[in-house]
Amino acid sequence: MNTREEKIINGFSIILFAIYAVICVIPLLTIISSSFTAESAIKENGFGIIPSIFSVEAYRIIFSNPLSIMRAYGTTTVVTLCGTFLGVMISGQFAYALTREKFIFKRIFSFMIYFTMLFSGGLVPTYILITRYLNLKNSLLAIILPMAVSGWNIFLLRTYFHSMPESLVEAAKMEGASEFHIYYKLVMPLNTAGLTTVALTVALGYWNDWYNNMLYITDTRLYSLQYLLQALLGRIEFFNLARNSGQFVSGELPKQSLRMATCVLAAGPMLFVFCILQKYFARGVTVGAVKG
Amino acid sequence: MLEHILKRAKQPVKKKGSLNGASITDQRQWFLLTLPALLMVIIFKYIPIFGVIIAFKDYRYDSGIFGSSWVGLDNFKFFFMSMDAKIVIRNALCYNLLFIITGQAIAIFLAILLSNIRNKGLVSVFQNAMFQPFFLSWVVVAYVSLMFLSYQDGILNGLLVKLGHERISWYDEPKYWPFILWFFQMWKGIGYNTLLYFVAILNIDESLYESAKLDGCSTLRSYRYITVPMIVPTIIILLIMGIGAIFNSDFGLFYQIPQNSGAIRSVTDVIETYTFRTLTSAGSAGVAGAVGLIQSAVGLILVIITNAAVKKFSSENALF
Repeated sequence: MNTREEKIINGFSIILFAIYAVICVIPLLTIISSSFTAESAIKENGFGIIPSIFSVEAYRIIFSNPLSIMRAYGTTTVVTLCGTFLGVMISGQFAYALTREKFIFKRIFSFMIYFTMLFSGGLVPTYILITRYLNLKNSLLAIILPMAVSGWNIFLLRTYFHSMPESLVEAAKMEGASEFHIYYKLVMPLNTAGLTTVALTVALGYWNDWYNNMLYITDTRLYSLQYLLQALLGRIEFFNLARNSGQFVSGELPKQSLRMATCVLAAGPMLFVFCILQKYFARGVTVGAVKG
Repeated sequence: MLEHILKRAKQPVKKKGSLNGASITDQRQWFLLTLPALLMVIIFKYIPIFGVIIAFKDYRYDSGIFGSSWVGLDNFKFFFMSMDAKIVIRNALCYNLLFIITGQAIAIFLAILLSNIRNKGLVSVFQNAMFQPFFLSWVVVAYVSLMFLSYQDGILNGLLVKLGHERISWYDEPKYWPFILWFFQMWKGIGYNTLLYFVAILNIDESLYESAKLDGCSTLRSYRYITVPMIVPTIIILLIMGIGAIFNSDFGLFYQIPQNSGAIRSVTDVIETYTFRTLTSAGSAGVAGAVGLIQSAVGLILVIITNAAVKKFSSENALF
């Protein structure tokens, strides 16, 4: 069946896409390889895709004093779990009520959410609200609360709930079930795929957050993983500046490999998990692409 | 006691009442279901929207938003009189246009490539690879960029030295930055858009291609006359969203990748980084708020205008 033309196009597509795929993954592989390279080799040859001199020194140093990274893991885990749980719970309830045709606030609440996607107060009023009026500086709530609800996720869930047969809800209603009961015992279990998609999207946002950390957290003990990484990057730039101005800085720590090893430990495990669960993200893209 | 019984007796009567075709009990329960998220939206989205009045005030931390004095349009004047205004507006516009046009074109091209591949296993491997950068935070991408651009150990300078050239101090040379920023924006974001178009292409009815083939249409021609027209709705939605956000940049890209280097600020400063700097370093919340307000207002107007234009030409493709 396959014509020659089709075969050529198929092969051509594979080659081009493979090049793109390599561009996508090579930087990460280089980070991993650099973390396993002896510092002297990085100094000599620079970063490379294959470790020229294999070494686990950087990891040894991190694991001999793991307090700051463990603490950051703890903070990020707490924030991600609490934020995702809160976000999915309250967005789901909200989205379900929006699917009720007879709900008197259906239109106005939908518009309220929609409007937040078109217009926002911006950084400054939010920053002042959180720091001055809610007094949440150096509180993890400053990271958890603002990111919990997003219009995008509410509409995504609404789309999922709409695709569920209405007769199920009606039948439960006949049995005398309350709306809470219907949502928690019927709608949620029937929409685990949609809820998982939203939960993972929300979790990715919390896990990768450094922005709110930078704005609201100054206490180093509350640094998230990403913000710890950012702080580490800054200090290395400091060394580069010292070099440029002629002062030679010779630290005893293997700075570059140490930095890359921290990056691997901080980003690696969750990246792996997200990649495994990739199909849920892909589904979110698909459903989200449906207008409305 | 009697009161209590009377109250109870009244309840069923209340339940019989209906509002908008549903019982009041249902209405109340629906409202209670929405309440937690509603409160969060009011606090974290709507209060800041009213907080934009800060743009017209000389904000003092100790007097708060209400206590600070009104200054009319002074904050706006300050911004537009500054040298930064021209730079950040130009950068935001140029980068966004570049990102929208090239980003869409590349994503469509990659999606067509992906849809040509017949081997399902390979498609899933490729999908995994292209999603990888999407999962990374901008901080990790900054590590990646530093690995390439570092003066002493960077991969690019390593290559240059090997080829017998001088090292380049990337973080001090503005001329390279439009490309560097473009590259990392594409690297991180293109996989997501490619998937969006890939799904749109998969949804095209296969019989269209079959009949085109029977009519002697080559595969390449069928992209032009079937694939691209069929994904126009997706293109338009992304375009409306892109134009509405034409003054909004990804703070992570412009803050993390240039490493706050002053020497290249003329090509890496955008409205977000300017606002952030004005708020945190310069401490002029009023000016930062004014810039944020202009940005949001212009964005809203642009979305409405674009959408109206789309509605006029092909109403089924409009966003609302």
